[in-house]
Amino acid sequence: MGAPHDSDRRRLLRGMAMGGATLGLGLWQRPLWALTAPDQPTVLRGDAFDLTIGRTPVNITGRTVPAFTVNGSLPGPILRWREGDTVGIRVRNTLDETSSIHWHGLLLPANMDGVPGMSFDGIAPGGDYLYRFQVKQSGTYWYHSHSSLQEQAGLLGPIIIDPREPDPLACERDYVVLLSDWTDLDPARLFARMKKRSDYDNLHKRTVGDFLRDARERGLRATLDDRNAWGAMRMSPTDLADVNSHTYTFLANGHTAAQNWTALFAPGERVRLRFINGAAMTFFDVRIPGLTLTVVAADGQSIQPVDVEEFRIAPAETFDVIVQPRDDAAYTVFAQAMDRSGYTRITLAPRIGTQAAIPAPDKRPLLTMDDMGHGHPAPAAGEITCGAAMGMTGMNMDHGGHDAGGMQAHPASETRNPDVDMQTMSPAPRLDDPGIGLRDNGRRVLRYTDLRSLHAPDDDREPSRIIELHLTGNMERFTWGFDGIRFADAAPIRLKYGERVRITLVNDTMMEHPIHLHGMWSDVEDEHGRFLVRKHTVAVPPGTKRSVRVTADALGRWAFHCHMLLHMEGGMMREVRVEE
Amino acid sequence: MRALVLAPMLLWAGAAAAQDHSHHHAPEAPPTAAQEADPHAAHRAQAATASAYRPPALTDADRAAAFPFLHVAHDHGDPLMWMVQADRFERTQDDALAWEGKAWIGHDRGRLWLRSEGERAHGKTESSLEALWGKPLDAWWDVLAGVRHDDGDGPARDWLAVGVQGLAPYKFEVQATAYLGSGGRSMLQAEVEYELLLTNRLILQPRIEAVLNGRDDDARGIGAGLSETSAGLRLRYEVRREFAPYVGYEWSNRHGRTAEHARNAGEAARDRGWVAGLRFWF
Repeated sequence: MGAPHDSDRRRLLRGMAMGGATLGLGLWQRPLWALTAPDQPTVLRGDAFDLTIGRTPVNITGRTVPAFTVNGSLPGPILRWREGDTVGIRVRNTLDETSSIHWHGLLLPANMDGVPGMSFDGIAPGGDYLYRFQVKQSGTYWYHSHSSLQEQAGLLGPIIIDPREPDPLACERDYVVLLSDWTDLDPARLFARMKKRSDYDNLHKRTVGDFLRDARERGLRATLDDRNAWGAMRMSPTDLADVNSHTYTFLANGHTAAQNWTALFAPGERVRLRFINGAAMTFFDVRIPGLTLTVVAADGQSIQPVDVEEFRIAPAETFDVIVQPRDDAAYTVFAQAMDRSGYTRITLAPRIGTQAAIPAPDKRPLLTMDDMGHGHPAPAAGEITCGAAMGMTGMNMDHGGHDAGGMQAHPASETRNPDVDMQTMSPAPRLDDPGIGLRDNGRRVLRYTDLRSLHAPDDDREPSRIIELHLTGNMERFTWGFDGIRFADAAPIRLKYGERVRITLVNDTMMEHPIHLHGMWSDVEDEHGRFLVRKHTVAVPPGTKRSVRVTADALGRWAFHCHMLLHMEGGMMREVRVEE
Repeated sequence: MRALVLAPMLLWAGAAAAQDHSHHHAPEAPPTAAQEADPHAAHRAQAATASAYRPPALTDADRAAAFPFLHVAHDHGDPLMWMVQADRFERTQDDALAWEGKAWIGHDRGRLWLRSEGERAHGKTESSLEALWGKPLDAWWDVLAGVRHDDGDGPARDWLAVGVQGLAPYKFEVQATAYLGSGGRSMLQAEVEYELLLTNRLILQPRIEAVLNGRDDDARGIGAGLSETSAGLRLRYEVRREFAPYVGYEWSNRHGRTAEHARNAGEAARDRGWVAGLRFWF
């Protein structure tokens, strides 16, 4: 097992050597096993790129299995662009199946967006496609395949776009931290397994022993009420992640926690960490014990700097964070999965070979009825059960969604729908909620209300109409949709070119969903309708209802979907069609 | 120390904001503390400064890029799936082999089910095989319809079948099927299972089953009314989710005329004993 150590050493040495020459861009290296050409640069810059999608054997868990890679690298190389440039990217596909690359969060013509069957035909086996577009923005983004489940097999990588003007956020050190979840399983088999037994990975269900302990600690009555509420819904409060560390190995920059990817700094230097969550199904909670994290950008967009000790990052989100370690000591960048089943880490170190203690993962949280928007206005949580189960579906249409605290109305298509296993009763935006497992943990945790854009959108018109969409699913059948309708059965959402709409998302499931609109920004509003921040991916936790404003300024057919890859594949996707 | 870090941040923020002014026509100030105190102020301010934003004018090149001609539609993610599951595959105390299993193939909205249950004891096999088309009724229940073939003691019997299966509140797994056979025969069969988690891998599964018949079928030793009930308690260990050996105890009773038939044939109407087996799926 000398190889990882040697490759680490070489990576670090090279990182130091190139640090000055690249204005401090942190250096990204793949473990030796993923290299097809050991000296191939892993940061590709300029305006012309040749990328090759292929199959590369990797060994992450001790078994050698094929991964889908870009230029033989897992994850793919960093693409570094400059705002205002027109970039040309020739992508060759050497797989035996159709592939694609989608530039996540970028504003570009529809035929460059890379969604097979929507924006182009995909890249046929043996074929290629020339992406060519002007880069209209700057910041931290990423790219990934948009063909079936290829992203889960490793087909993803970072995009760094330097601003046209000198970067006001430039730091002495600048590193990408790309988080991901890896499985040796063929992703199609993982998806099939979810359809056969969706609770496969939930080895943390409450047992007879838990019942006895709860009865002792909280009383028999309260414990029975609690089990009754969950039993009536046929759900489990430990269901925080469909897929967890039972299946996944969590990676940072393609490295396991044990491989410990290391970023160097000199004490006193400012270090910019560009976090990208490229995981297929995993929310990460990130902190660096001993350092304050100053969050300066979200989804590539500059925000008013905010100091936190921890942040949750949904799949597909990006956060730029600046830290300034002053001690001549190592720091652990700790990223634990939301369900606490596992973690990955990297190390910030003044020297090669030093590392800091790794914190123990937090206690596993339990979902509550409150979490799912069932807590109010119920007299007792146990008495509020789910619509589909109790035949209450669609009963509340007349109540509307007007009075705060009133019952949430639901679309008729959810009624008696096999793909809808629950409906939230009283959802709220809860933008100031750090999220399940992060409340009252003694740390200052980033909340969506902390995300204050540095600049407002050009378009500050009031939306002319509201499109309300409910995020729906059936955990047991593992089917997903919007308003109970799967992508395959849904008509496109049609927007008129130039119009400004409000999209209100109501989560009728017990899972959190990061919702991503291609081609256009989602301007997140607070509960008073005030603009907060511009995002490409908006997390919608269970029991919440969140609104974004969208200006339909991009003609064409755009994907709009949950970025939990298996949820998207299971049907939680729509086409948004912007027409003249 | 935090102030030291933050000071340059705010400078950058200022610089970035200034840069923004040069790029944008009517920047909206981020909500100030005062606006936060009075949310409606923000609304009013916004209304007052409503811009006449116009999206870029479109060219024919834009139009061509927006709607390229496509040869394929987007994959819809409902591929053909299948599953084979042996719920019980066991050796009984009196040396019989018993099984109950099912398999399905299809899509989210419709699956072909095969179900089989039976026992082979002392060279004699009694079994049923069903082929059913099933589709979701609601979030928790599937409705199934098809045919069933019974083999074994006496003449073979064929049935039309219609039933439901699914997850009842409190996670009871329920299966109930009504059958209609030739000669006016009818039958009702129902089964309920529950899983009690001693740990997440060690699972105690109680199970009850009952069979009712519409009329006597002397040739097969079956009487009208409640003919058979059984109850089982199985303790399995999920080495993997897909592979779980178990031990259990099974009680079965024949009732009414069915019991008489059994006694006349020299068999006991009541049967109980240990079982050991394997539950697996793939």
